[in-house]
Amino acid sequence: MRASISRSPPLEIAEAIAPAVRAEGLVKRFPGVIAVDHLNLEVHPGEIFGLVGPDGAGKTTTMRMLAGVLSPDEGSTTIAGFDVVRDPEGVKNHISYMSQRFGLYEDLTVAENIRFYADLFGLGRREREEHAARLLKAAGMAEFRDRLAGKLSGGMKQKLGLTCALIHRPSVLLLDEPTTGVDPVSRRDFWQILYSLLRENVTILISTAYLDEAERCSRLALLFKGRVMLCDSPDELKRRMPGTVLIVPSTRAREVREVLADAEGVSSSVLVGDGVHLVVDDAPGRIAQFRKQLEAASIPFDSIDPGEPSIEDLFVAYVQAQH
Amino acid sequence: MSWSRLIAMARKELIQIRRDPRSLLIALLMPIIMMVLLGYGVSLDAKHIAVYAYDQEGSQDSQALLKHFQASQYFDLVKTVSNYRQLTRAIDSDRCKLGVVIPYDFSKTLRDSGRASVQVIVDGTDDNTANLAMDYARAVIVAYSGAVQLDWMGRQGLAALASSAPISVEARTWFNEDLESRNFIIPGIIALVMALVGALLTSLTISREWERGTMEQLISTPVTAREVMLGKLAPYFGIGMADAVLCFVMGVWWFGVPFRGTILALFLTTTLFLIVILGIGFMISAAIKNQLGASIIALLVTLMPTSMLSGYMFPIDQMPAAVRAITYIVSSRYYVTALKAIFLKGAGIEALAEPLIALTLYAGVVGFFAMRAFKKNLG
Amino acid sequence: MTTEETPVISVQARDLVKRFGAFTAVDRISFSVSRGEIMGFLGPNGAGKSTTIRILCGLLRPTSGSVRVAGYDVATDADALRQHIGYMSQKFSLYDDLRVAENLRFFGGLYSVPRNLIDERIESAIQMAGLAGHEHDITGTLAGGWKQRLALGCAVLHRPSILFLDEPTSGVDPISRRTFWDLIHDLAASGVTVIVSTHYMDEAEYCNHLALINRGRIVALGSPGELKTHLRRGTLLLVKCQPLGPALEALERNPDVLEAAVFGNALHLVVRDAERAIVSIPQFLAEHHVQTIELKEIPPSLEDVFVELASAPSAADEPRAP
Repeated sequence: MRASISRSPPLEIAEAIAPAVRAEGLVKRFPGVIAVDHLNLEVHPGEIFGLVGPDGAGKTTTMRMLAGVLSPDEGSTTIAGFDVVRDPEGVKNHISYMSQRFGLYEDLTVAENIRFYADLFGLGRREREEHAARLLKAAGMAEFRDRLAGKLSGGMKQKLGLTCALIHRPSVLLLDEPTTGVDPVSRRDFWQILYSLLRENVTILISTAYLDEAERCSRLALLFKGRVMLCDSPDELKRRMPGTVLIVPSTRAREVREVLADAEGVSSSVLVGDGVHLVVDDAPGRIAQFRKQLEAASIPFDSIDPGEPSIEDLFVAYVQAQH
Repeated sequence: MSWSRLIAMARKELIQIRRDPRSLLIALLMPIIMMVLLGYGVSLDAKHIAVYAYDQEGSQDSQALLKHFQASQYFDLVKTVSNYRQLTRAIDSDRCKLGVVIPYDFSKTLRDSGRASVQVIVDGTDDNTANLAMDYARAVIVAYSGAVQLDWMGRQGLAALASSAPISVEARTWFNEDLESRNFIIPGIIALVMALVGALLTSLTISREWERGTMEQLISTPVTAREVMLGKLAPYFGIGMADAVLCFVMGVWWFGVPFRGTILALFLTTTLFLIVILGIGFMISAAIKNQLGASIIALLVTLMPTSMLSGYMFPIDQMPAAVRAITYIVSSRYYVTALKAIFLKGAGIEALAEPLIALTLYAGVVGFFAMRAFKKNLG
Repeated sequence: MTTEETPVISVQARDLVKRFGAFTAVDRISFSVSRGEIMGFLGPNGAGKSTTIRILCGLLRPTSGSVRVAGYDVATDADALRQHIGYMSQKFSLYDDLRVAENLRFFGGLYSVPRNLIDERIESAIQMAGLAGHEHDITGTLAGGWKQRLALGCAVLHRPSILFLDEPTSGVDPISRRTFWDLIHDLAASGVTVIVSTHYMDEAEYCNHLALINRGRIVALGSPGELKTHLRRGTLLLVKCQPLGPALEALERNPDVLEAAVFGNALHLVVRDAERAIVSIPQFLAEHHVQTIELKEIPPSLEDVFVELASAPSAADEPRAP
């Protein structure tokens, strides 16, 4: 199963398993801007799929179209077998959508919020109580049942939002930037909950602007200006990235960079906190070459070692390759 | 349609109303305040009008006349003065609204020619009160002259005539009945309260969800637009009815407005009017996605017409023809007509045909458009 | 900054304490930041990070301890201090309905930039932000990267010696982010001290030094590289295996494994004894019918370190501080 790097990856025919989510040629225009520009997507059942990209890339617009709350101008979407564009209401019993603001009613308690969503999905009282108890315990929120949602910390609001989204055990979960603004500890807890859902074969589509979160996904699509730039698992994407990453720690990083930025074989260089991060072509001997250049300029450095490319490196390399 | 989803919407709305101090204030306190303010504060009657008297003569007759003023419930004889200047200054400085001047030859003229004049000076800056005061003063004086005539006839030995009912003038204006204007206004206040509470509260309901960001997620659930609308409006219907009952109780029990009609008629007309008002509020809320804007428009569209054009305070038949034509499309006009008829005339359903038909039509039209006003779509 | 110069200390906090009633938001924090250094503050919400920064900006008075910023004592000279501080918050700084030049002029006025200098400063801010030719664009219509650079321009019109950045590049595309940080590095090289507050690990990597704040205390202080050398409690291993679910369940019960969690398509394990684990774990997994594809030691990420240090019980689960 391979996706070639093209402006919008062609659809894959994956092992005769119907995709849980499929979008074809989605287009959405707003005055003055094309928010989503012929986007194609396929999410396999039971995976955590990331829609990754900066603000304005079209993540939220795409999620909204998938959830059936926004009509696309062109294109089609299928979720769990339902045609979302033609029958948006039909799909809503089988999916859960968690919007960026978590969909919480701040003047209702935790229990009241859960009850509301459970009722909307037609859950009986016993089912609701059982699920709620389980979910709240897993989230560490059992003793906050009667607290007003508005009085919860950011991380807990996020977990409550997720609880409300999971209460009716959807087969597809759509999460729109659920970790924005949330501190790293809460973010990790959140991801633990998501991973636990893998056991129940829930398909998760999550959008995020945090590029480091992309690493946590089974597969991801990198979005930019309404289009999918790259789509594959994080490992595959890194493997296929043109070039290698080299890290040069130094107390005089600025000068290191000045010397190496335009050196032969260097496609990009970035000053990080305690050194320089380079992307170079794979020609052998580059390390030795840079060593010589730095020594010639009498600039101290700790080492020159290869490193793992980050998703940010991928992004930059890809955009640069386009020009 | 799923009842459990509808009930879930209604339950949530109710919880939110309960926990929102502003909504509670509008729903519970405002009707009471309005009833009190308008019921007491706005009275087209006048009572205890302050009077200054300048009795130039100081005779028994003049004193008798002044006693008539004093005895009247409409006047308070506050002070007697001894010159014009004091009188006019008192009127200018608003220490009295009316001045009575009895000429120095009052009794003599009365006994000699049978006619005497009394000067009544009134503060005309407040047209309404001035007219009333004049009318009351006239009534008092007529009553006095009736008494004088009786007395004179008795002294002429026309006792026989005297015993048969002399001309007793009772000024038969609409002000004679105690508190009558209040009886006209208070039923109309119910319409005002309904319009205010109904439209203002409902106008916030959809726009609040947009503003707070919960609407996006709501429309991703299976709940239908109809369930959202009916579920959200149900609590406001209950509140509207409760407020109607509150105003009814206050009007009848506290202010003593007569209620000569049937509860059924009241309930029916109120239900229809509420449907109209809530529908309008809902449509405004769906159209304007922020609370501030929605509430302003709601007030403009319901409160303004109701206070000016429904006829609850300013009679419709006294309005210029063009304005009168406009009132035909003001729904509260029909409700106010019905209310007054039910309270004061004891009108039954048949007599209320016109307002009932009009309100039903209105409710149908508003309901039709309200159902379409809210769509489960961002764009 | 050459090694011959003694770095000038630009910000110094000693035993800083801030209490709100009975709640101690900041519990004896001490640190110093040199001139031209980029210092990052990380911490969960309610950990005292925002409170500390507000004190540094002169917006809150410390309960006790001393804080000197740009030579001023924060407790007594807060007003004078403001002239020397620049503040940029990406999401909140600019007025979307004003034009680019109007925003600049407004902030110039706010910071009392002398009239004879304002035009030239505005021009240099426009150049720095790459907005030449766009001076009359409505700010709301600018793309994210430009807005961010404009906000930076507005924050430095008065040439402050200390610059506070609040999540400056979260949500911004990586290319604009790099451009932005190049600008920051230029400013730092010219002697401006930069203090960054963020939740974003990628952003934290750009800082020279990081202070991790949790529950009102500094739990770690060092460069990103120093912090990432090791976890305190063990070594981090990456395990790729099939099938993943049963592997996780089995490893959770393995006594050598302190922690096991899914990460992407693999598992991350924290083990006390890496050498032993690398040998014993594939065997252990095989016993549970799991095939090991890859097993290697990996350096902890900044997030791993952060979470370890900040995960003193339920730091993030307290309701918001007053």
